[in-house]
Amino acid sequence: MSTSHSSKNGKRISRREAMRRGLYATAGLMAVDRLIPNALAVASAPAKTATKAKAKSVIQVFLWGGMSHNDTWDPKPDAGYEYMGEFAKAIPTNVDGIQLGELFPALAKQADKFSLIRGMTHRNNGHETAAYLMQTGHTPGERLAYPSIGAVFALFKKEYKGIIPPYVVMTQAQGRFSEEGFLGPKYKPFATGGDPNANRFEVEGVVARQITDDRQKNRRELLNKMNTMGKAMAASPQMTAAEESKKAAYDLILGKGKEVFDLSLEKEALRDKYGRNTFGQECLAARRLVEAGVPYVVINYPGGWDTHSNHFATMRRQCPNLDLGLATLLQDLKDRGLLETTIVWCTGEFGRGPKVDWQPPWNGGRNHYGNVFSVLVAGGGFKGGCVVGSSDSKGEEPKDRPVYPVDLLGSIYQLAGIDATAKLPHPMGLEAHILPSAAEGVKSNGLLTEIM
Amino acid sequence: MGFDVSVEAADAVKKALISAVVFLAVAGGAAAAERGPNVFEASGELAPDGQIDKIVFAKLASLKIEPALCSDAVFVRRAYLDIIGTVPTAKEAKEFIEDPDTKNKRRLLVDRLLEREEYADYWAMRWGDILRIKAEFPVNLWPNAAQAFHRWVRASLVENKPYDQFVNEMLTSSGSNFRVGPVNFYRAIQNRTPDGIAGAVALTFMGTRTDNWPTNKIEGMAVFFSQISYKPTSEWKEEHVFWNPLGSNVVTASSVPGKPSITSIAQPTNAVAQVFDPTEANLKPLVGVFPDGTKVKLSPNKDPREVFADWLVTPKNPWFTRCIVNRVWGWVMGRGIVHEPDDFRDDNPPSNPALLAYLEKELIAAKYDLKKLYRLILNSKTYQLSSMPKVTTPEAEANFASYSLRRLDAEVLIDAINKITGATDLYTSPIPEPFTYIPENKPAVAIADGSITSPFLTLFGRTARATGMENERNNKPVPSQWLHMLNSSHIYRKINEGAKMRAIIDSGRKPQEIIEELYLTILSRLPTADEVKNLEEYGTTQTVRQPPIMKNGKSVKQPDKTILVKRRDDWVDIAWALLNSAEFLYRH
Repeated sequence: MSTSHSSKNGKRISRREAMRRGLYATAGLMAVDRLIPNALAVASAPAKTATKAKAKSVIQVFLWGGMSHNDTWDPKPDAGYEYMGEFAKAIPTNVDGIQLGELFPALAKQADKFSLIRGMTHRNNGHETAAYLMQTGHTPGERLAYPSIGAVFALFKKEYKGIIPPYVVMTQAQGRFSEEGFLGPKYKPFATGGDPNANRFEVEGVVARQITDDRQKNRRELLNKMNTMGKAMAASPQMTAAEESKKAAYDLILGKGKEVFDLSLEKEALRDKYGRNTFGQECLAARRLVEAGVPYVVINYPGGWDTHSNHFATMRRQCPNLDLGLATLLQDLKDRGLLETTIVWCTGEFGRGPKVDWQPPWNGGRNHYGNVFSVLVAGGGFKGGCVVGSSDSKGEEPKDRPVYPVDLLGSIYQLAGIDATAKLPHPMGLEAHILPSAAEGVKSNGLLTEIM
Repeated sequence: MGFDVSVEAADAVKKALISAVVFLAVAGGAAAAERGPNVFEASGELAPDGQIDKIVFAKLASLKIEPALCSDAVFVRRAYLDIIGTVPTAKEAKEFIEDPDTKNKRRLLVDRLLEREEYADYWAMRWGDILRIKAEFPVNLWPNAAQAFHRWVRASLVENKPYDQFVNEMLTSSGSNFRVGPVNFYRAIQNRTPDGIAGAVALTFMGTRTDNWPTNKIEGMAVFFSQISYKPTSEWKEEHVFWNPLGSNVVTASSVPGKPSITSIAQPTNAVAQVFDPTEANLKPLVGVFPDGTKVKLSPNKDPREVFADWLVTPKNPWFTRCIVNRVWGWVMGRGIVHEPDDFRDDNPPSNPALLAYLEKELIAAKYDLKKLYRLILNSKTYQLSSMPKVTTPEAEANFASYSLRRLDAEVLIDAINKITGATDLYTSPIPEPFTYIPENKPAVAIADGSITSPFLTLFGRTARATGMENERNNKPVPSQWLHMLNSSHIYRKINEGAKMRAIIDSGRKPQEIIEELYLTILSRLPTADEVKNLEEYGTTQTVRQPPIMKNGKSVKQPDKTILVKRRDDWVDIAWALLNSAEFLYRH
């Protein structure tokens, strides 16, 4: 690893990065810690974009809980019942040589549009810590709580000026680790709440239950009329700021913003194709959000994949929805010419134990597993129809081309034109960068150049 | 609509006042209605009352600004919010407004509020921000220690502990973080190096940011904090803070078997950690340098923290008293005489030096009794000015020409909403496991630990208690906050289902009485005639089919009539509108 490390990473070390490291050394000699942020601010600001952005938006499907890899996108039909349980069968796809687990017939027809990373690894088996690792690239337990990739997009994709917040999550935030980290509340994901598969997608704060548009309008008029003090002091800067932000909120509640979440504007046949379930309709809503220019959309998979027990039945229930929703999303993005500018990536915080826990109390479950697992990536500059790396014959360890969180996230940042070495604004001016550098001892095997 | 119009309106009101026309603000006569009712300002002469007013009004006169006094209704709400962090009940507001003792009632209200139990909760919250009382990231006090620290702060406020003693205890205490509250001052610092501690002491008690100090100045001050040690005990996460003349503040032991020390000095930078050699450091006697440049040789027989406290905590110190009087002034008035209140430096002078000097002198004379300082400020006419800006120049703002408008703090806002509607919120901390939950009836201002929170508090800019800086709390409005207030199920449920709101809306009383009750409950005042009229007109129109009339033996169809009815939803909308008005959302 270490021998190939420098050569593979050689490209990543920009001149600025080298300067940064040089300054660390100097500052260390000066032994005046509090001067470091000031000294570095000169070197690393302003952040520039690394390359021309191919990806405008990202849809991240987060399989909270951790989805089994060998039952799904890294099938091991020869590993036997001990490992594969009920899912011994693998099916061919529309790309020669790529096989998927039997529960993914729809995705099998879209294999030319996505690539699979089968050597994903970080060896962390805790939900919170692994989720943090997969979405920040930083080692859990460092002094700073870093923002997740969605919050970083919200910060750096400044060209987006839409009325919908830049970082949207359906329907509940990933939670249990701080998505915005030290960037503060402004960069929190906008969690929609509600259910896009319901008659009306009640987006928290945007579409309220029991309040018709007419009532919204009446209320707004009433509020304007009764805002006695606000009107009396309309000239004050505080009131001006309040009115401006209230107007922006009403643009969402009564204006164009609300329509983006209105799935009834879609054709019934297409809605059916996505699947009439929460996940399917979330995929459809995600496409509409991307069409509206929203830079980062997370679908936090409803239900969860933490299948310690009752694994096979849960997979049979959940995988068809995942299969249909994701496959239709890829096809729909392609049909609308959005796939070239939209990255779709899908994985959990880790995989699941390749060997089935047949013993009580699990009775056919799979445990947390961070040694090796699979990630699906598509669009926005990622090539389709490829497999990156592999796991061993039983799906227990990476066999070749391990991919670490910084490699995956770094590739997404690069395609989106965000310089992953850029400095993040820490409230106390402390030194913090989007991704940790190799100099910080973080494991890396290079960007996914083979599919970029 | 805009600036000119309101200035004109204000001028017109002023003229009306000067010509001694009896201006019944609350009743809002026809003349007032044309310009919009002014229920916010009081009639009568505005004469300075005490030294604060003399100093401030003289400055305003030089700026040609003529201030106006706030009305009783504005005052009662303002005093409750500023002294105890909550709004008055409808009954409290009404009694105060109708109290005929106009000469004394404001002073008596201030006295009563300063003795209320909520005073300690509210001010412990403010101190918690400054002292960074938080169990988890980034200061990592740990839950028991955060509670102990908060308990000590709150108890100090209840007994009105003199401020000098309050600071002395924090600077010089030793002992367990679970048992001796004030030792946590030295633990609630992200960067627990002597430099980092000196920076926190300067920020907290001198109102000075050390970021731009010359290196030798901070290093000279850091010497006083170079012998603080942190030692774990056999109890999980317990830690002793003490003076260790032989060592540095580096601790290598750990209270967690097999884990790196919880108290190790983690540098939030990527610099190579410095190795501190205690033996070398103690070979030569330590020389500390006070921030005023005075050098002092430290005796091995006295805790250097005490030497520093002896220098700082005295009326003679140029920073100590000014810092706290300016903070208190800023907390109550919305803006420090030195602005921001924790940014004292030569090139950031006070807007009114005589005022700062006067408050300093008074607090020293009061032997650091903070309630006396509050009383002095709250009873001034300066504090009781109207919040309607006559002029919006920076000079007017910096010289306290009007009471400063600011959005209610996150905790105060949700407490007010819950108090008004009769609802509660859930406050939790997901780390460390097991999760912490706070009893349902506890208000948000009374939460000890900054790690215990709710999505509402985060959204509305509650401070993360990471830096202890005043500006870490963010009360600037953003659209997502409006989405929440205007249209979230969280707020909707409170208005629609909250027990107190139900008691008002479903009372079956006359519309005018319900309107009055809603105004007193939400805005702490009575509605104007215009407001009542507007709200009586708000409702749902219904088409009522009229029975045919028999005419000449034939039935003749009559046209339908539309009538206005008030459904329950209309009342919900009215309460909603008041809760979303600037008058509710802002201190004014």
